[in-house]
Amino acid sequence: MSETNDRIVRPTTSVLTWANRWDHILARWAINRMGHRVEPGLYALGNPTQDSPVFVTANYTLSFDALRSALGGMNAYILVLDTQAINVWCAAGKGTFGTDELAQRIEATGLRDRVSHRVVIAPQLGAPGIAAHEIKKRTSFKVEYGPVRAADLSEYLTRREATPEMRRVRFTLRDRLAVIPVEIVGGLIPLLIGAAVAYLFGGWVSSLAVVAAILAGVVVFPILLPWLPTHDFSAKGFLLGALVALPLVVSSWQGNADAVGWLRAGKAIVPLLIFPPITAFLALNFTGSTTFTSRSGVQREIFTYVPVMAWMFAIGIALMIGLPIIRMIGG
Amino acid sequence: MFNAYQTTTLQFNPTECNGCGMCYTVCPHAVFNRNGRTITVAHAENCMECGACQLNCPTNAITVDSGVGCAAAMMYAAVTGKREPVCG
Repeated sequence: MSETNDRIVRPTTSVLTWANRWDHILARWAINRMGHRVEPGLYALGNPTQDSPVFVTANYTLSFDALRSALGGMNAYILVLDTQAINVWCAAGKGTFGTDELAQRIEATGLRDRVSHRVVIAPQLGAPGIAAHEIKKRTSFKVEYGPVRAADLSEYLTRREATPEMRRVRFTLRDRLAVIPVEIVGGLIPLLIGAAVAYLFGGWVSSLAVVAAILAGVVVFPILLPWLPTHDFSAKGFLLGALVALPLVVSSWQGNADAVGWLRAGKAIVPLLIFPPITAFLALNFTGSTTFTSRSGVQREIFTYVPVMAWMFAIGIALMIGLPIIRMIGG
Repeated sequence: MFNAYQTTTLQFNPTECNGCGMCYTVCPHAVFNRNGRTITVAHAENCMECGACQLNCPTNAITVDSGVGCAAAMMYAAVTGKREPVCG
């Protein structure tokens, strides 16, 4: 980008159009993943003067739109960083919503000539990427961390202070429902492959069971997360998967009434070995979509549970193939 | 039992702390407590190791092995040998 282009101030409003809302729906369903982009640079909301506040955000439509719609009726500058169309928190984790980018963007847009004050208000969730004291040193601008949610901005601005509640990240049912579409899209290909393979080997009942185990992991699990017992995602997933597999256990037990005791029990236990690990694995993968799991904790979960998942699944498949053979030989 | 999240890599050194309160401000899980200019770690078990406190501490009083608590990313990195990717 040329120097002159960088210093352009683009106009924007607080109004969300139907096109914006449609874009948000597509983003929520992970459609056109990198297409929900805003041009980085400086934007004028309303008619800002040299005393107007400056808000920093990411060049992702959901972030930019959440900010501008929360600033209804205000005159302000919005400084959009280039995060490669990724939201503030994830980009901060990556470092793209970061100290270097913010410092360079302040310089390139000529912000110091536009405003007389030396404060930029950044979202609190940008903090994993931005060292406030570093920005102060490099640009003379003070980074003020606003609330976590853009919706709390108007209340924040009246007191220039965030309540402890505004500083907390939650993961409410509403938040969890919002990420389910992405989980579904992510699980779609494994679901189709799994259902097809299961159909070839065990007919439509097995196929349905695979679909149920996967949907339990990507849809039911996120909804029930806080209410499932134990703390670990994998353990919760195992429990949920066992519940889903239970009808199969019962129907297998009843359907093999003529088999020898141990063979009958063996066949009945197969669904309990195969399906819960599938749900548990998907549950473990949900850690990345949450707002509170730590890296070291997830690491411990992986080491603890993934071997268990693998062994259960392998033994289940071995029994599924082996038991009918044993039966043929003369069980 | 069944809780892999009881310990954290977060370490706070009060002797280095100048009481500025930035850690208290940026923490999204109220791990820190502030009493005047005295900062304490009140809820270490809530720490998600995002690294915001460490990055915004001007006196290096905090260390945390930060990263993204995402199993998919970690397993992908382990299998492919690539650096842990961070999703969007």
